[in-house]
Amino acid sequence: MAYRLGVDVGGTFTDLTLLREEDGHVFTAKVPSTPDDPSRAVLNGIEKICRQSNIARRDITHVMHGTTVATNAVLTGNGARVGLITTRGFKQILHIGRSFVPGGLGGWVIYQKPRPLAPLKWTLEATERMSAQGAVVTPLDEAALRRALPVLRAAQVEAITVALINSFANGTHERRIRDILREELPGIPISISSEVISEMQEYERAITTVVNSYVGPVVGQYIATLQTELDTQMGGVKLGILKSDGGLAGSRAAADYPVNLLMSGPAGGVAGAIWVAEQAGFNKVMTFDMGGTSTDVALIENGAANLRRETRIGDVVVRASSVDVRTVGAGGGSIARVPELTGALRVGPQSAGAVPGPAAYGQGGEEPTVTDANVVLGYLPERSLLGGDMQIDRSRAAHAVEKIANAMDLSLEEAAAGIIDIVNENMFGALRLISIEQGRDPREFALMGFGGAGPLHANALAILTGAWPVIIPRGPGVLCAYGDVTTQLRNEASRTYIRRFAVLDVGVLSGYLLELEERAVAPLLAEGYSREDCVVTYQCDLRYSGQSMDLTLEVTLDELATGLTGLSERFDTTHQQLFTFALPSDKELINLRAVAVTARLSAHAPSVAAGTGDPAAALIDTQPIYVNGAHRSAGIYDRSRLAAGDRIVGPAIVVEMDSTTLILPEHTGTVDLRGNILIRPS
Amino acid sequence: MATIVESNPAPFNAVTVDRITLDLIENGLINARQQMDSLLFRTAMSPIIREQRDGFPVITNRHGRLLAGQFGSPVSGFIDQFDTTTEEGDVFLTSDPYACRGSISHANDWLVCIPVFHQGRLINWSAMFGHMSDIGGKVPGSMPTDAREMYEEGIYIPPIKIFKRGELQEDVLKVILRNCRIPEWNRSDFNALVAAARIGEARCQELAERFGVDLFTSALDELLARNRRAIAKIIRDTMSTEKIYFEDYICDDGIGMGPYKIACHMWREGERLIFDFGATDPQSQSNINFLLSEQMYKMFCAQFMIMMFDPDVLLNDGFFELMEVRIPEGSLLAPRPPAALNGRTHAMGRIFDVISALYGKSNPTYLCAAGFSASPHFMYSGYDENKRRFLLFQIGFGGVPARPLGDGLDGHSLWPKFTNVPNEYLESYFPIRIDAYETIPDSGGAGRYRGGNGMRIGYRFLAPGKISIHDDRWLTYPWGVKGGEPGVRSHKLLRRVSGGEEVLPAKIDNVIVAPGDLLIFDTWGGGGLGLPYERELAAVEYDLDSGFLTADGALRYGVILNSDRQSIDRDATEELRTSLRARTTAVPLFNFGGTPAELVARCREETGLSPPVPPVFLAH
Repeated sequence: MAYRLGVDVGGTFTDLTLLREEDGHVFTAKVPSTPDDPSRAVLNGIEKICRQSNIARRDITHVMHGTTVATNAVLTGNGARVGLITTRGFKQILHIGRSFVPGGLGGWVIYQKPRPLAPLKWTLEATERMSAQGAVVTPLDEAALRRALPVLRAAQVEAITVALINSFANGTHERRIRDILREELPGIPISISSEVISEMQEYERAITTVVNSYVGPVVGQYIATLQTELDTQMGGVKLGILKSDGGLAGSRAAADYPVNLLMSGPAGGVAGAIWVAEQAGFNKVMTFDMGGTSTDVALIENGAANLRRETRIGDVVVRASSVDVRTVGAGGGSIARVPELTGALRVGPQSAGAVPGPAAYGQGGEEPTVTDANVVLGYLPERSLLGGDMQIDRSRAAHAVEKIANAMDLSLEEAAAGIIDIVNENMFGALRLISIEQGRDPREFALMGFGGAGPLHANALAILTGAWPVIIPRGPGVLCAYGDVTTQLRNEASRTYIRRFAVLDVGVLSGYLLELEERAVAPLLAEGYSREDCVVTYQCDLRYSGQSMDLTLEVTLDELATGLTGLSERFDTTHQQLFTFALPSDKELINLRAVAVTARLSAHAPSVAAGTGDPAAALIDTQPIYVNGAHRSAGIYDRSRLAAGDRIVGPAIVVEMDSTTLILPEHTGTVDLRGNILIRPS
Repeated sequence: MATIVESNPAPFNAVTVDRITLDLIENGLINARQQMDSLLFRTAMSPIIREQRDGFPVITNRHGRLLAGQFGSPVSGFIDQFDTTTEEGDVFLTSDPYACRGSISHANDWLVCIPVFHQGRLINWSAMFGHMSDIGGKVPGSMPTDAREMYEEGIYIPPIKIFKRGELQEDVLKVILRNCRIPEWNRSDFNALVAAARIGEARCQELAERFGVDLFTSALDELLARNRRAIAKIIRDTMSTEKIYFEDYICDDGIGMGPYKIACHMWREGERLIFDFGATDPQSQSNINFLLSEQMYKMFCAQFMIMMFDPDVLLNDGFFELMEVRIPEGSLLAPRPPAALNGRTHAMGRIFDVISALYGKSNPTYLCAAGFSASPHFMYSGYDENKRRFLLFQIGFGGVPARPLGDGLDGHSLWPKFTNVPNEYLESYFPIRIDAYETIPDSGGAGRYRGGNGMRIGYRFLAPGKISIHDDRWLTYPWGVKGGEPGVRSHKLLRRVSGGEEVLPAKIDNVIVAPGDLLIFDTWGGGGLGLPYERELAAVEYDLDSGFLTADGALRYGVILNSDRQSIDRDATEELRTSLRARTTAVPLFNFGGTPAELVARCREETGLSPPVPPVFLAH
C-alpha cells in the first residue's frame, strides 16, 4: 500500500500526517522540533509514525514538507553573506528602497530602518544600461567588472545577486554577468533578477532576488541533507516542498527559488483547511489560524485560496506569489496593557512568546496575556490540554490579569472579558481585510478555526463577522501537516508585457502564453509527471491605463481567439465590485503568467462512527465560566469520544490533545460525518 | 453656514460608553481610514497620487471634529462657509483654499466631503483630498513660480455639490475637466477620491448600525474627551511657561526677493499652549504664501508632540481648545486674496522645522535637527514621439534630520505615506532616463548622530520639453543642533548636450530642455545632532564602508584614516579627538551656518546664483 507523508516543522513541535492513498485513512504524530537542524526532527518523526502505525518506510512514496527554514533566516537575520551587482548609478537601490517612512506624520522621529540584506560594501556597480524597451543603451563593460570582483572574493560572500535596471525588458546583461561570475567565483550560487522575478519595478525586483540569495544557502543545505537522508532510508521517495502560494515544488525547484518558500508554514495551514473544507462540503471558507504570537487568516473560494503577488516577512516585502494570508500580532501570548496617558486597554502586538509564556503556564511569565484571560474566564480549564505537558495555573493567571483590572477599575472577570473582546476585535480587523475589503461578504463564508488557540476564539469571531458555521476540524493543531500531504505540485512562469488594449496584438499575446506554459510545466516534467498530468491556466494582470494597481484575471486561449472584449468586460465588472466604479478608459496589460499544477489527490477523509445525537458519553466534567457578563456552568467534553451527529449545546468546552474549543451560550456544535464540529447559533 | 436637512428629527441620546466599546469604535475608525487610503492609491491614475500617495483621508463627527486623519479636519471650515443645504446623497467638492479657511492649501488639492447619514440623521463626515497633477493655468502642473495672483494658477473650484442627492452634476464636471491639461487623470483621480470617501461613509454607517447610533455618537464624544486629557497631560509635562522664540526662513520667492521670515513665540498658560506668529513677514507678492489652516496647524503640532513624547496616543482633535494660534491677517501665513498660493510647500516644510525647534527648545532632550526643509517638486512636460502630451510631476526627498534616537535616514520621505516613483516606471511611461539615483556622500550634517544624506537624481531628457522646479533650502541651511553641523544645501545643475552647464535657480518654470540634456537634481541633507567628534567610531566605519562618508569627510568627525584612506587610525584619531574636546567651550543649541545677511553676502560665490534682494511688501 502507498502512503503520502506530510511534515510541518513548527517552532515547538514537528507535526506529521501519514495518509493512506487507498482509503484516505490518516495517522498523526508529534515530535519535539530540533531548531539547530530541523531535518533531525523530521527523521525522528518518520521513525515514530512508522513505528506507531506499523508501516514500512519504503511504502511511503511522497514526503511533502512545509518548512520555516527560509522564514526564520529572514526573521533572525541569519541568512547568507550576499554580494549584489547593480547598474551604475543605482548602487543604493536597497538602501533607498521606496523612501518610505512608516508611522504617519512625524513618524521619522522614531523610525529605525534595518540595514540592507546585501551590505553596500559588497555591492558593485556594473557599467551597462538597458532601456525600458529592452534596447542596449550602454554595452556591458566586462573588463571593468572583472577588475572589481576581488572585493566579493575577499569578503567571502556566500551568494550573489545580479539586479540590473530594466532587466525585466532584456536580461542579456544579467545572464552575461552570471557567466562571468561562474568563471571568476566558481561555486557561489547566483540569482539574477530577470529569472527570479521578471517584472517591472527595480527595487521590488532587486529585494526579491536578494532575499532569494539570502535564504538560498541555508535552504539549499537543508533540502540537500533531508533529501540524502530520505534517499538512504527510503530510496526513490519524492520530496516536495510547500511554497508560499500553497503549491508544492520539487526539491530542486525549491532550492533554486527559495524566495518562494517564505510563507511555506502558513500556506500549509491554508492547504489543510482547503482539504478539510472540501471534505466537509464547504467551498467558501475563511481560515482563522490563531497561534501563540500571531494569527493568520485567509479566504478560500471554490476550493482555492486567494493569492497575492507579494510576500511579507517582518520588514521585508518581496514579489513572490503567496497565499493571501494576513497576519495580525494577536495570539494566545499577546500581552495586555493600559498606557498611563490614555487609560485605554491595548492588547498586543507584544507577546510573551514561548518563553516566559503566559503567566498561567508558570514558566516565569508575569504579564497578563490573552491565554491568562481565557483561563480566568474558565474557557481554558486547568485540565484542558489532555495529553499535553502544559500545566495551567489559574491563580497565576488571575494575579496577572489583576493588573489590568486595577488599572481600569474593573472586576477581574470584566478585565479578562475586555482583553478577549479587544483581541477578538484585532483579529476581526484581519478577517475584514480578506473579505469586506476584497468585496466579499463574510456572511457568505464559513469560518474554520484552528491552530492552538483558534478553536477558543472562533465562535466569537463568527458572531462579529456573521460567518457561519464555525468549523473546528479534527486535530486543529496539526492541520498544517494535513495541508502538506493533500496539496499538489504547482509552478508558475511570468513576464512583463505592457500594452494598451487598443494596440495589443492578440496573436502575440497567445504566443507568449504558450511560451510561458512551457516554462511553467518544465519542472513538473522533471519531477516525473507527464504533460497530461499537468493542468495549465493563464493569467493576465490588467488595469486601466494609467493606474498603478493591477487586477489578476484568468483567461483562456479560446476566449482570446475571439478578441479582448470578454476580458475587457470582466475587468470592468471586477473593478466595479472592488472599487465601486468602472472607467471608460482604455485597459492595459501588465504581466502575463502561466500556472501549471498536477492533478489533485483523489482520496477522501475517513468517516467517524454515528452516535445518538446525545454527547453525554463524552461529558467528562463541568466548569464555571464567566460569559456575557454572567457566571455560568459549562460542560467539558472529550473530543475523542464524540460521535457523528452529536449535538453539544453551549456554553460548552471541548478538549483534545492540542486544542480547546469554546462553544458560546445560544450556540450549538454538531459533529459531522468527518468528525468536524460545526457551530451555529441555536 | 450650511443648513442640514435631516428627515429624522430625533435627538441623539447621550449614553454611557464602557471603555472596551470605546476602544472597539476607535479601532473601527482607524480601520476605515486605512481602507480609504488603500482604495485611493489603488485606483487613482496620476503618479503623484498612485505612486507618491499625495492624498489624505479624514473622518469627523457630525460637527466636523476630526476623529481619524492627519491633516486636520477640513469639514468645519467647509460647512461654515457653505450657505445652502446639506442633504443625504450630496457630495461636496472644492479646491478653493480661501473658501474653506485653508483646509486645503493650494488649488491643486481637490477635497471631496460626504455627509454621512444614518436613518435620516447626520452622524459623520467622510472626506478625502488629493493632489491633481494639473488644473490648467499658465504652466503645465499649474504651479507657476512667478504667479502673482490666484487667477494664474488654473481653475479654483468653490465649494459645490458635485453630487446632488446622489446625482452626479455632469455638466459641472465637464466645465472643470475642460480646464485641465490631462483631463483623464483628473477624472479618474476624482472618481478615486469619491470612492474612497464612500468607503469611509459605509464604515461609519456600519459602526452606527453595529453599536447603535446613540452609543456610537456618544463614543465619538468620549474619544474626543479622552484625547483632550492625554494632550493636556503632555502639554503640562513637556512645555514651558516661558516664552520660547524661534525664527526660520524661506530662501526666496521665485521672483528674486528673499529671504522671508517665519517667526513664532510659543508658551504655555496652564494646560493651554499659545503659538503667536506676530513677527512673521507680510504676504509675498509671489506664490509662496501659505494660507495656514488653524485646524491643520494644531493637528501638526499635536501629531508632532505625540511622536516626540508619546507615540502610543491616537490622535483626534479633542485637544483643540488646548491650543491657540495667532496669525496676523495679511501675513505670509494668512494672505488675503487674490494672493497666489501654489508654492506653499516651502512654508509648510518650514513650519515643521519651526514646530520641531520650539518643542526641542522647550525640552532639549527631544531636540531634533532641521530637515523637514523642503518638498522639492520637479516637472517635465512636452509631447512624445507619438505627439501625446506627457506631464511628469515628482516630489523628491532629502536627508531626514538627526534625532535623539540616532542618525537621520538618507533620502527618505518626511511626509507620511509618501514613496518614490520606480525609475523603471518613469522610463517606461515618460521620455526620460534616470542616469543616477543615489544619496550624496557627506551631505548630511556631521554630528554625534549625523543628518541623513540628500538625494541625487540624474534626469536625462529624451524628448524636447520644458521643466519646472520648486525647491528651497538652497540659501539657508538645514540647521544642526547641540554641536551638530548643518546639512548641505540643495542644488540643481543642467548639463547641456550641446556643451556647457548652468546652475538652475530653486524656483523656476519654462526651462527648455533638449534630448540628451542632463539635470542633476541634488536635494538637501539633514542637520546633525551633537558634537561630531563624539560619534562612535563603528558608525563612522560603517558610513565609510558603505560610501555615505568620503575619506575627506571623515575628518569632520575628528577621524584620521590610515594611508589606505579606508581604515581608521585609532591612535591618531583619539589624539585629535582629545585635543578637540579640550578646545570645546560653549556649544550653541543651534548652528544655522550663518546669519541670513551673511548667507546672502556669500550667496553668489557659494551657490553660483544671484542673491535675492530684500522683499518688498505691498499693502493688502
